[in-house]
Amino acid sequence: MASPEDLTDENGPLYAARKGVYPKKVDGPFRRFKWAIMFVTLAIYYGTPWIRWDRGPYAPDQAVLVDLAHRRFFMFQIEIWPHEFYYVAGLLIMAGIGLFLVTSAVGRAWCGYACPQTVWTDLFQHVDRLIDGDRNAQIRLANGPWTFEKLAKRTIKYGIYLGVAFWTGGAWIMYFADAPTLTSQFWTGQAAPVAYGTVAVLTATTFIFGGFMREQVCIYMCPWPRIQTAMMDEKSLLVTYKGWRGEPRGSIKKAQAHPGAFGDCIDCNQCVAVCPTGIDIREGPQIGCITCALCIDACDGVMEQVGRPRGLIDYCTLDDAAVEKAGGVGQTVRKTLLRPRTLIYLGIWIAIGAAMLFSLGQRTRLDLAVQHERSPLYVQLSDGHIRNNYTLKVRNMETRPRRVAIAVDGLPDARLWTEAGTRERASQHLEIALAPDSVTRVKLFVAAPGAGPERQDFTIAVRGLDGDPRGDSDIIQFDRPEAGQ
Amino acid sequence: MADPENLPASAGGRRVDEATGTSTVGHEWDGIEELNTPLPRWWLWTFYICIAWAFVYAALYPAWPMLHGATKGALGWSSRGQLAQEMRADAKRRAPVVNAIATTALTDFPAKPQLMQAAVQGGGAAFRVHCIQCHGAGGAGLKKLYPSLTDDDWLWGGDLASIQYTITHGIRNPDHEATRASQMPAFGRDGILDAPQIDDVVSYVRTISGQEKAGAASTRGAAIFEANCAVCHGPGGQGGRAVGAPKLTDAIWLYGGDRDSLSATINQPRNGVMPRWNSRLDPATIKMLSAYVYSLGGGEKAPPAAAKPEGQGVDGQP
Repeated sequence: MASPEDLTDENGPLYAARKGVYPKKVDGPFRRFKWAIMFVTLAIYYGTPWIRWDRGPYAPDQAVLVDLAHRRFFMFQIEIWPHEFYYVAGLLIMAGIGLFLVTSAVGRAWCGYACPQTVWTDLFQHVDRLIDGDRNAQIRLANGPWTFEKLAKRTIKYGIYLGVAFWTGGAWIMYFADAPTLTSQFWTGQAAPVAYGTVAVLTATTFIFGGFMREQVCIYMCPWPRIQTAMMDEKSLLVTYKGWRGEPRGSIKKAQAHPGAFGDCIDCNQCVAVCPTGIDIREGPQIGCITCALCIDACDGVMEQVGRPRGLIDYCTLDDAAVEKAGGVGQTVRKTLLRPRTLIYLGIWIAIGAAMLFSLGQRTRLDLAVQHERSPLYVQLSDGHIRNNYTLKVRNMETRPRRVAIAVDGLPDARLWTEAGTRERASQHLEIALAPDSVTRVKLFVAAPGAGPERQDFTIAVRGLDGDPRGDSDIIQFDRPEAGQ
Repeated sequence: MADPENLPASAGGRRVDEATGTSTVGHEWDGIEELNTPLPRWWLWTFYICIAWAFVYAALYPAWPMLHGATKGALGWSSRGQLAQEMRADAKRRAPVVNAIATTALTDFPAKPQLMQAAVQGGGAAFRVHCIQCHGAGGAGLKKLYPSLTDDDWLWGGDLASIQYTITHGIRNPDHEATRASQMPAFGRDGILDAPQIDDVVSYVRTISGQEKAGAASTRGAAIFEANCAVCHGPGGQGGRAVGAPKLTDAIWLYGGDRDSLSATINQPRNGVMPRWNSRLDPATIKMLSAYVYSLGGGEKAPPAAAKPEGQGVDGQP
């Protein structure tokens, strides 16, 4: 096998080794904002499955539960059945529109603050700082020989990585089963193999992506940066190095020696040192910039120290950049954010959300689907009547047992009975008991006099007998033999 | 002379792009050039790992086509083997239900709804394999050939035990003693009745089934019926299940209820045959089939013991 070093030509290597990124600790408003988001998102992720929600004795008491085995999705008081999956589709559409909205307004804010890859990378980088120290200590340790100390630190660090990764993988499966039960099953070896497999896979991916791949995921693997780039325009906020103010760069000493010859950038490299993806923002917008704004915090801190105005690196639109470069003053943040494009996105987003909420409020939790048995279409009975068979699927989507009435309309002298009954005791309507939160299949026999049209539409209806009379009905066909047969 | 490194691609050089400071790969397609941006090295390693994985996979699983078949692979896996394994696992899963069906008397099924449901499901599957050829996908039968199993009219009885007996022993199997057996004489062909007599009997049968009004012919036919037919079909044509003689007063006609069909039947009856299934199916499957047929809509309650149709002597048919 050829070593990667051999795969070079006179223009340099075809493959590049990863350059280590050792972001320096920084403090500032954006860093504190990132802390808050990290805390909230991780708390939601790790904690949600443990929230309890009482739904009575016939349904799970976990607030958020994706019950794949029984095809139910519980979210607080909302329960979604498979045929209502359009609510999930609606949520996905809202997520998409939301991404358009956020990206058109504030650029790659998803990448910079809320993306799991960013949040977990941030978490793992804090672990690095905790064990190895800040940037310089990390670089020293990485480049240094394998001493006992390095070995010990690496062991502890990777141990913590693995712990976080395992916890992350373990939290995921809690969304798919009762969390306390699954936890005890997991540790006693009684959980389903798929649970262990999922935890193993997610532990591995978290360990590798958060501990080692980090910015490589954003730069080489993730499609979002490419898609988001297409969604930004000249009015989207970008993390911008204001080169017209900063250039030419010069240290304070140089600036003091030649007043007026240098810009505000003192070339202290702090913006590069704090960058979690290891780029230099002063080279302009680039695919590696996840717009986490930590360079803004770093630069503002330096500018304050040297007594120059803040905002050398700042959120700025391309339009404002052109205006400011020409000496003008850019638009206010409020005006930048509230423009037709963002307002249209917001409008669509709210409209979809409102429509979903409205339909959630309107939906009945008793549903009927009737299937006419086609083989045979009709049965000749000995007394001259004709019987048709139907399969009823009655969905009781409430988490309580129910009693319902099934009745027919539009078929004179019809009698109905089920497998449990007999024709002798059949009547115009019948009552059945429905198990909670389940589909009851009923084989319905309907007999009607033999004299009548060959094909006749009639209605089968189901309605509640226990308080809530709302129900559902279905129009279906009754078949008789062709005349002369 | 120009630096060969900076010749345009068309001249065989690898230009350094001014905007990015990156060299191009040296190809040009209609004026479009590609920058030589190195891939991350882990990408290359991932590629090598995939190749290694392919070798491992090819060694473990069937992979290389040979003259006869393919290499077997170290794990010995095959899709047939996997199917057999899955079938064994499923048989194991179904074992408790099949066991319960085998050990429970068929007549006790209706009292155990879950068992009944399982039996109906299993019976439906067996029905689709063994029975639909004659009785149709839904058990509706075929006009003038095979009886419908979905209606409320039964030749040999529609309670669970009767259905089970019929499936087990079949109808008119010459090689089987316990089979359901009876024979309607060929009244016309064998000259027992002459044509006008048959015509009168047809009139009578159509009268008792409500298809014609009573008249002189039907009155004559009544007497002939009492003398020749009532022994099996019962007085007034009420039918006789002990011998599989159909009820003649209802609306259901296996071989047709019009004059021509009735004449043809009396002239030369069909005496339909159904195979016995005890030689091909195990008792549990026959139980499930019985439950399925029972559930098609015409299932009857077991008749009270006293009213049971008389058995055919020693063979103990219900």
